[in-house]
Amino acid sequence: MLNEPYKLEAINLDVYYGQVKAIRNATLQFLPNKVHALIGPSGCGKSTFLRIFNRMNDLIKAARIAGRVLLDGQDVYAKNMDVTELRRKVGMVFQKSNPFPKTIYENVAYGLRINGSMANKAELDARVEQSLKDAALWDEVKAVLHKNALELSGGQQQRLCIARALAIKPEILLMDEPASALDPISTGKIEELIYELKQRYTIVIVTHNMQQAARISDFTGFFLLGELVEYGKTAEIFTQPQDKRTEGYITGRFG
Amino acid sequence: MKFKTKLSRLSPNTVQKIAFAGLLAATSLVLLPVLLLMAVLIGKGVTALSWTFLTDIPRDGMRSGGIYPVIVGTCWLVGGTIAIALPLGVAAAIYLTEYARRNFLTWTIKLAIVNLAGVPSIVYGLFGLGLFVMLLRCGVSMLSGSLTLAILVLPIIITSSQEALASVPQSYREASLALGATRWQTIWHCVLPNALPGIMTGAILAIGRAAGETAPILFTAAAFYLPHLPNSVFDPVMALPYHLYVIATQIPNIGQDIRYATALVLVAMVLGMSFFAIIIRWHYRKKRC
Amino acid sequence: MHRHFDEKLRQINERLLRMAALSEEMIKIAIQALVDRESAKIEEVFKLEDQVNDLQIEIDEEVVHLIALMQPVATDLRFLIVASKINAELERIADQSINICQSTRFLLKYPQLKPFVDLPIMADIAQGMVHESLDAYVQKNSARARQVLTTDDKVDAYKDQIFRELLTYMMSEPSTIPRAFSIILISRNLEKIGDHATNIAEEVIYLVEARDVRHHHEEKLRHENRTGH
Repeated sequence: MLNEPYKLEAINLDVYYGQVKAIRNATLQFLPNKVHALIGPSGCGKSTFLRIFNRMNDLIKAARIAGRVLLDGQDVYAKNMDVTELRRKVGMVFQKSNPFPKTIYENVAYGLRINGSMANKAELDARVEQSLKDAALWDEVKAVLHKNALELSGGQQQRLCIARALAIKPEILLMDEPASALDPISTGKIEELIYELKQRYTIVIVTHNMQQAARISDFTGFFLLGELVEYGKTAEIFTQPQDKRTEGYITGRFG
Repeated sequence: MKFKTKLSRLSPNTVQKIAFAGLLAATSLVLLPVLLLMAVLIGKGVTALSWTFLTDIPRDGMRSGGIYPVIVGTCWLVGGTIAIALPLGVAAAIYLTEYARRNFLTWTIKLAIVNLAGVPSIVYGLFGLGLFVMLLRCGVSMLSGSLTLAILVLPIIITSSQEALASVPQSYREASLALGATRWQTIWHCVLPNALPGIMTGAILAIGRAAGETAPILFTAAAFYLPHLPNSVFDPVMALPYHLYVIATQIPNIGQDIRYATALVLVAMVLGMSFFAIIIRWHYRKKRC
Repeated sequence: MHRHFDEKLRQINERLLRMAALSEEMIKIAIQALVDRESAKIEEVFKLEDQVNDLQIEIDEEVVHLIALMQPVATDLRFLIVASKINAELERIADQSINICQSTRFLLKYPQLKPFVDLPIMADIAQGMVHESLDAYVQKNSARARQVLTTDDKVDAYKDQIFRELLTYMMSEPSTIPRAFSIILISRNLEKIGDHATNIAEEVIYLVEARDVRHHHEEKLRHENRTGH
């Protein structure tokens, strides 16, 4: 696509669930400081594809892959790859906001406590505050940091999950339909946030909402039945798609 | 159409009321024995119940005095049981829910747990006698009794812990793993704290069960009469269920009220535990939602 | 998302204003070239037109992208549609200046027919209309836009007056016909500029009030509603 070094790339990637081939021969690249949207109808394999990059598919025993996945040129599925280390670099935000039933503070601090990287309370406090600020949530929760996170609204919970992911300073942020369960106002906030976050992260977002993909992404990939039909600049995909199937999907004249 | 016309004599609302009334009657019938039992126990035993009864040693061939060593013995026995069964049971539950693959071994273990729960308690007693008292030479002792009771309650603890662990949303585990936690860190920092209320509930139910069982301690731990507290885990102890059995069948000329009061203390302890378990569960459920 | 989108809209606005300023400048220089008989200035006008054309393409691309990517509705949608139309009108205004220059080139080959009196005034008014319509657009001020609509009558009046005056020249001396005719064409170009400015003003009224004032559209609608057609 461009001559910059890719942050993350998949090369000739196949994903199997048991005997079923969920993704067929997908090749695409993600660039630093860009937002990449993966769109397509439900069940097209886009969420599966996303979970390849932080190896969350390892949890599903029947899942296996063929092909290569590279993070900064390093094979993600190499034998000596430390999966926990990988997941620290490749953060993830899930479709349904899933804060722990702990305080707001403890939610953000969770990843930091797990790896014991914070020397003292002051350092931890600072990182928690910064993460909440980066997730555009600080002003709303700074007075109630020790309230249970489950008392927050849906949109706030999702931003808390983003703050939690940001706290461990990932390089890449994978987002699996982060706004699909939210109202338009909260969705708008998340979208604005994604736009801000791309200054510092490589972002890959899966969404079934193609308007959302159009609004926030720089590059868009269209998946259909496990196949990456088209991948390119969002402005081009949405004004002059090369593939008839892409055109059919984005214009709503599908099938 | 026939069906319709037949029923049309009664309005649907009336039918519903009759149905509800029937269901209510059935439910009340379940409640009745419990209430009756409590009424009889309280009515006949409360006269013997006093501070001295709870804090004095049995005197006069257990015909007077109190049941202090019996209550304490029961508590120790049960405490020992939980100390053994809880870590074991929770560990097993964690293995089964979080780690075990679906293979023949896992299937066998699960089957064994289910079967263990169905074994009559006297069999546990004989098993404990054979294994702990005789083979391992622990003698008739608190240790043997606790070990035997531990095996008895293990299925309860494993099953309830498994359920508690399984009820922790998968999304919590995913969130934790995605933050770079190992599976063990995820279990320790995320899954276990959330499963704790459920595990506690199971543990308390197990305590209630252990406190009320006679047969498993009959040959392994219970002393007929021991006016002092045991000195070590290798001493036999007095325990409420066995003591009740003894004073009900083996001691002539004993006041009815003492028997009823002892039974009342036992039932109160068991019910109290269950009640406590319910409160804990209710408390955490409220907190969660 | 809106902050980011608003920023894009602001950029389109800025480009339109730059384009309007260039178009006004083109009118001014084109008339100066005619009045001062300076052919060098004609080249300046052509250079400015290149810039206007580049801007037109940029703005159109941006509008298409924003409509495709942001799915604008209500004010935002009207803004983008109107921006696209204003874009086209400004480009035509620039084209009219080019036409003026082409006539000027011809006129400069011959001695001056008469001193220009009305034409510079008419050019000033037309240029003022362009300016006013863009101001109305920037300020989202429909009252100012309506002002532009009335000014258009003045431009038309000047065009008629220039035509009658030059008619007398042509009737008395046929050899003046090519020159007189070129001047008439220029006055017609200026009148067209006024018309384009009027169109912009109408678009502004649509943008602000969401009402279509073109071609007495509303009166027709009202009439149809009354008569039931």
